[in-house]
Amino acid sequence: MRMLKFLLQKELQQILRDPSIIRILFIMPMIQLLILPLAADYEIKNINLGVIDHDHSQYSRNLINKIISSGYFRLKDYSATFPQAIKSIELDKADLILEIPGHFDRDLIQENNNTLFVAVNAINGIKAGLGSAYIQAIINDYNQDIRTQWIQFPRFNPQPMIEVVTNNWYNPNMNYRVFMVPGILVMLVTMIGSSFAANNIVREKEMGTIEQINVSPIKKYQFILGKLIPFLVLAMTVLTVGLIIARVVYGIVPLGSYSTIYFFATIYLIAILGFGLLLSTYAQTQQQSMLVSFFITMIFNLLSGLYTPIESMPEWAQIITRFNPVSYFIEVMRMVMLKGSGIADIRPHIIAMLGFAVFFNSWAILNYRKRSV
Amino acid sequence: MQTDKVISVSNLTKKFGDFTAVDNISFDCVKGEIFGFLGANGAGKTTAMRMLCGLSLPTSGEASVAGFDVYKESELIKKKIGYMSQKFSLYEDLTVWENIRFYAGIYGLSDSNIREKSRQLLTELHLEGQENALVRSLPLGWKQKLAFSVAIVHNPAIVFLDEPTGGVDPITRREFWGLIYEASARDITVFVTTHYMDEAEYCNRVSIMVDGKIEALDTPANLKQHYNADSMDEVFLHLARTATRSQD
Ligand SMILES: Nc1ncnc2c1ncn2[C@@H]1O[C@H](COP(=O)(O)OP(=O)(O)OP(=O)(O)O)[C@@H](O)[C@H]1O
Ligand SMILES: [Mg+2]
Repeated sequence: MRMLKFLLQKELQQILRDPSIIRILFIMPMIQLLILPLAADYEIKNINLGVIDHDHSQYSRNLINKIISSGYFRLKDYSATFPQAIKSIELDKADLILEIPGHFDRDLIQENNNTLFVAVNAINGIKAGLGSAYIQAIINDYNQDIRTQWIQFPRFNPQPMIEVVTNNWYNPNMNYRVFMVPGILVMLVTMIGSSFAANNIVREKEMGTIEQINVSPIKKYQFILGKLIPFLVLAMTVLTVGLIIARVVYGIVPLGSYSTIYFFATIYLIAILGFGLLLSTYAQTQQQSMLVSFFITMIFNLLSGLYTPIESMPEWAQIITRFNPVSYFIEVMRMVMLKGSGIADIRPHIIAMLGFAVFFNSWAILNYRKRSV
Repeated sequence: MQTDKVISVSNLTKKFGDFTAVDNISFDCVKGEIFGFLGANGAGKTTAMRMLCGLSLPTSGEASVAGFDVYKESELIKKKIGYMSQKFSLYEDLTVWENIRFYAGIYGLSDSNIREKSRQLLTELHLEGQENALVRSLPLGWKQKLAFSVAIVHNPAIVFLDEPTGGVDPITRREFWGLIYEASARDITVFVTTHYMDEAEYCNRVSIMVDGKIEALDTPANLKQHYNADSMDEVFLHLARTATRSQD
């Protein structure tokens, strides 16, 4: 179609002439993908631990050794009393304090429970929170080791063996990058796509050139397509840059195929770009469209399961994630990357995403008016 | 003359809420005519023009442009008209040639036609060698002349010009009007608003809008005679004095 050809040509010329385009297409994804996972990773690995050992037994020493040798913790402080240990938290020397009571070995074996005390430094919540989760996991693991060692009757062991496997699976550091990088990439593509689309039409409004389009015989769907296609190419470029970084820097190779990712990404981006275009049909200034798109994609991202597993969200938030296109793409990414899922496995996601794409784009076309009332 | 009517307006009204921006205006324009649409700031010129171009829905009244109804056939009107809005209408981040190609293209000109038109246009505007310059880098007067030429690149029946010479120096304004005369000679009807009264003298007919209403409509000569004035300036002042609106 000739009309579309001219629209696309014009749009591409403008995009390529935009001096910030290289920054958006290449620098931004690189920085985000290189810094974000590394920065987060660093925190998780070096949790400063303070220990108060009232027991001084072989078991308590073993436990401490086990914790330190996990690689997540650095033993920073060894105190005799709790107030002393708390001081190290106050001085920010320790993120986490583990207090091992006297008779730890006896309690552990005879009473089937341990009464370890963990105090966290709430100032760095993420670090301390993760740290205490790790410590719990390590202690559980240790607990089982001890018991399989000492209690010779497995039927007394109330904890199923599968627990150990689960602990490994949830060992965030082992899977951390493979888990996070695809998610961050989705977030990145979403932010760039939606803000680009949202700002573009508004820019034409601000410049006044939209009047010239509106007074021409261009049809509404042609105009929207003329915007959608170039941005799709753009966002796909970002995705490609991101996938290359994931592969080269993090060695993340999807178990499934790239074509599945690209197939789903195409539908996903049409939906997200449609959403951006929809915003731009309402907004009058770039500040408006920028703020609103930033605000909404922020919510999309926070409720996407990228940071918080969807299963651990409250019920209402879980319902919201079903109306959140981002969570579908993150899930698909992880399915394809980690589980090797193919098109057939993500059928429900594809159908849902087609729904989003049709919904946002039809709304954008409907709401884009060539004539004001 | 009756058959040559390209714009026909009767009782056209536009309200924004309680405010009547265009109040019951009626007039006709004929083929090839240069129709001056005068009025003080806020008189309602842009609003009226936007209704005729299919950019704004009238509140009431009738209007047809190039034989099509503004209510039902606005998309057909759009094929037949050119429009230069009060805001600059070309893409500043595209080159001269890219702008010409884009606008010619969306009006359905063939590739060879586009090339030929743009060569002709560049010669006419003395812009040879500038085709790869960004429009942003051109002086205002050249931008406006280019925008005008682009607005008529598809040979429309009517071209609507909203203050095309605002802020342009007198010499370039004269050149601009040279272009308007050429267009009119090619039977393109020129519907133009301006605040320069010397330009009003160049029009075949002039209407003067005051507070949304057309208070006078005739040839410049007849208007001057009727108001017993030496210049259009005097005529305008005489009428516009009665205005109560004055905003931008
Ligand atoms: N979308 C709108 N909503 C509300 N009022 C409007 C709108 N557009 C224009 N107006 C008002 O209608 C009146 C006429 O505006 P218009 O732009 O048509 O005037 P104009 O004759 O073109 O003036 P100027 O010479 O300054 O361009 C003004 O008072 C303006 O504030
Ligand atoms: Mg105006």
